[in-house]
Amino acid sequence: MHLQTHEFCSVPSFDHDYGMEDYGKGVARWCPGCGGHSILTTVQRVCKDMQYEPEKTVVVSGIGCSGRFPHYMGTYGFHGLHGRAFPVASGVKFRRPDLNVFVVTGDGDCCSIGAAHWVHAIRYNMKMVALLFDNGIYGLTKKQTSPTSPLNTHSNTHPKGSFLPPINPLQTTLGLANVSFVAQTVDWNAAHLYATIRKAAEHPGLAFVRIVQRCPAFMRDLYGDIAVDPKNLILLSNENGINLKPKARKAFGRVIEHDPSNIHKAREHAEIHNGIPIGLLYQNTDNVRYDEYGAHNLGMGVEEKKENLESLLDQYSTSQSVK
Amino acid sequence: MDYMVSNDILNGGEPIKPRKIKQAIVEIVSDSGEGAQKCGQSFGAISAKMGNGVWTVEIIPAEIQPPARSREGASGIRVRIGSDKVTNMGNHANLVIALNEQVLYGRISQDAYNENTLMFIENKWAKSEQETIRQQYAEALLKFKESGIQVVEIPMEEECLKLMPDPRKGKNMWILGLLCYMYDRDLPKAEDQIRTIFKKKSDAVIALNIKLLHAGYDWAREKLPFRYEVTPMEVHNDMVVMNGNEALSLGIMASGIELCSMYPITPATSVSHHLAEYFERVGGIVHQAEDEIAAIGFAIGASFAGKPAVTVTSGPGLALKTEFIGLAVMAEIPLVIIDVQRGGPSTGLPTKVEQSDLLAAIYGEAGDAPKIVLAAATIEECFQFVVLARKLAESFRTPVILLSDANLATGVQPFPRPKIDSFWLTNPFDQSPWKDGAFPFEWDEHTGTSKRPIPGQKGGMYTVTGLAHGQTGKVAYDPEINQAGVESRSRKFASLQKSLKPPKINGAPEGDILLVGWGSTLGAIEEAVADARAEGLKVSSLHLRFLFPMVPGLTEIFSKFKKVITVEINYSDTPGHPMITRENRRHAQLAWLLRAQTLMDIDSFSNVYGQPLNPEKVLNMIKRELNIENAKVSV
Ligand SMILES: Cc1ncc(C[n+]2csc(CCOP(=O)(O)OP(=O)(O)O)c2C)c(N)n1
Ligand code: SF4
Ligand SMILES: [Mg+2]
Repeated sequence: MHLQTHEFCSVPSFDHDYGMEDYGKGVARWCPGCGGHSILTTVQRVCKDMQYEPEKTVVVSGIGCSGRFPHYMGTYGFHGLHGRAFPVASGVKFRRPDLNVFVVTGDGDCCSIGAAHWVHAIRYNMKMVALLFDNGIYGLTKKQTSPTSPLNTHSNTHPKGSFLPPINPLQTTLGLANVSFVAQTVDWNAAHLYATIRKAAEHPGLAFVRIVQRCPAFMRDLYGDIAVDPKNLILLSNENGINLKPKARKAFGRVIEHDPSNIHKAREHAEIHNGIPIGLLYQNTDNVRYDEYGAHNLGMGVEEKKENLESLLDQYSTSQSVK
Repeated sequence: MDYMVSNDILNGGEPIKPRKIKQAIVEIVSDSGEGAQKCGQSFGAISAKMGNGVWTVEIIPAEIQPPARSREGASGIRVRIGSDKVTNMGNHANLVIALNEQVLYGRISQDAYNENTLMFIENKWAKSEQETIRQQYAEALLKFKESGIQVVEIPMEEECLKLMPDPRKGKNMWILGLLCYMYDRDLPKAEDQIRTIFKKKSDAVIALNIKLLHAGYDWAREKLPFRYEVTPMEVHNDMVVMNGNEALSLGIMASGIELCSMYPITPATSVSHHLAEYFERVGGIVHQAEDEIAAIGFAIGASFAGKPAVTVTSGPGLALKTEFIGLAVMAEIPLVIIDVQRGGPSTGLPTKVEQSDLLAAIYGEAGDAPKIVLAAATIEECFQFVVLARKLAESFRTPVILLSDANLATGVQPFPRPKIDSFWLTNPFDQSPWKDGAFPFEWDEHTGTSKRPIPGQKGGMYTVTGLAHGQTGKVAYDPEINQAGVESRSRKFASLQKSLKPPKINGAPEGDILLVGWGSTLGAIEEAVADARAEGLKVSSLHLRFLFPMVPGLTEIFSKFKKVITVEINYSDTPGHPMITRENRRHAQLAWLLRAQTLMDIDSFSNVYGQPLNPEKVLNMIKRELNIENAKVSV
């Protein structure tokens, strides 16, 4: 029997403590002031604090500025195709429960070209952290309207202002079957960003985190004043939510008590227009997980496989009668 | 093949001794849902179990429930059994059993029958309450008889009514009984077959169907004044009998592949049905993805993570997968992609055979994206080539496209039981630390091959990217690095090509005509060549399994023949049309490739009727090419 025990458990080997340097690689090439930088550092910190083995960690991205993310991680990475991070990440996880999987996707990547996969990844609910880098614009290709660009965004594809109302990724995700974790945070509040990604990493299922991301190059005025003035960040607070130290809470103009098990309230908060609700909108740890289904028959030995295969072939044998 | 039929054949007589014949082609044609295929598949399986050569071809309407008694709704099967190995569907049927007369028109226009064909038709339509039906029936019978076909009306419904109130779902086993008598099949084997196909049904259902079998048998014994025996071969090895999609599925399981990630598409889907039933018992699993793109992306993710994976599709799906195939080429991720081809372009002829995805498989991606392309020519190869494809995919760190087609998908043929090697089932899943300092794309200067790190391997951490990259795996826009990367990824296939053997020639190594084929046409081509050679014609053939890279020695072989013609089921312009010139003629797909490869003036014989090729058409083409008088002009 070739029992591959490492396929069943992901107990980190504590033969040495991993430090921040174990999770980094190269120098991030994003613009100065880009939200990507702080998200990168935060993900590395979460990996360190969770003591994820770098070789057991896979970061999968699509294409876009955000897509460059895995190149700056000291883990395994997969910088794949525009819009297709979710299927790749799901394939990685399906038969490798021992791997820690992150998905990094942009607003064009996730909500436009890859929208079909987004819908289904939520439904698969495989244990992984999905980070939506939502800068409300196509960054890499230089300022085209994205499906999350606010109405009347002036871009290279809509110089007179965008015509259609944006998709609200929170609302959309909250409407999907088998959704189990939806949170929102912003790249410029380090404490909240950390607490959110940490909470996501601990979630037993697919944790969808929309990160409102600054893009100083092309989208200075995403949300206009709302983004700049900390008063406009509305903290969703709850003992089961994303918790900040009292000092960190002070940065928020408004605090709303929100129970993350209440999906109807979550949908209401997702629709807030006069501020940015941040925190855990919804969590349910009881949903079915497709990665558990995918891993249910791992570790079968070669001899057992061969035996079963031979008896299957018997059914096709001309010298055999029915069983 | 001739059956002697007198006008009042149904009067029966003394029990008769079967006449020995070498082969028989039988068709059962009906509205869909009447179980004609089940009947034919059973007849084929029983024959295979008796030691006969068998080949079956399903006749499948495009719709699930086409209107009853419609010409385009013909659903059925052709079964060819022989004393020797049977490799193709043959020419004209010897016997066709039809549950109504309308479904025969399509088959007649496809040249399935001739004056030697015996036609058994359900006679209940003669007494139909609807006058139009009675008229249609009478008209058809007259027409068929006039064309020389020998028509016999059979009271199938009437006989079955004696056993069940609604024989729509029972007649097929009555017909099986008739066939078992007529071709002297083993009744206990037939009963076994019924138990197998109805194994999920109740005992009562099985008992009823066995009764129907006997009833058909007894009726035939009483009424038919003829009986045949297709002497079986002596069986030396243990044989298995299955269709091409079942063989693909078993090949997947035997190859050590652990994941089949797919999206349903005809005619590939039944591979996943079969897998869904058995795969988990041999350590694998099926993932039905949200779409074709996700299906391959998921498979690539699994393979990247060290879990051998396959995606199974047909032409439209292959088209959608091209961007991911390009990524797998660029990032050198092993993957098996099976394309069970159907008629195209677009939705095309979903249930019909065509070999039109060859160029798309080789050249379909954006940019320069070489990968291995194989084509199975037999049911046995559907099994063996999956094993081969997985091995090649891993050895050369590349996607491999394996082409099958709708003809192989549903065709049933016996072949020696494969010997499963435990080694196939082992996984390359290496979790030992990665060699210190080694790059993730350390291309061997000579062969272009390299070893890949798998997540979990300490020290192997790298980021797969579809962007240009060098040996380190890091994104690089440096022109030299890009040139070197593309070169290495191409060189792998040159080194594979060097290890391949020149193809075997069927027939003499020189002559007037060499036919070159690929895929499911093997049997028809070789039978035509055998017939031609029996008539003294200097014709040979060869069949390609590797389409990219191609086997060595082709130019040398071709130069020994006056003319080289590819035989394919895809489109080529017919020379002779006023619009078609030497310069603008579009060649069949393999011909394009061979012309480019050998700089020789290679011709092609190809068409897209959605029909498997039959030997007679190939033989006629050979004769036309050699200016032989009695060649028929049909194409
Ligand atoms: C199939 C395909 N279509 C288009 C592109 C071009 N493209 C690259 S990134 C991108 C949009 C990126 O926007 P977003 O996902 O929001 O990521 P950001 O750059 O803003 O992080 C587009 C259209 C591509 N790479 N592939
Ligand atoms: S374009 Fe915008 S998103 Fe892209 S790197 Fe620059 S700031 Fe960041
Ligand atoms: Mg964006």
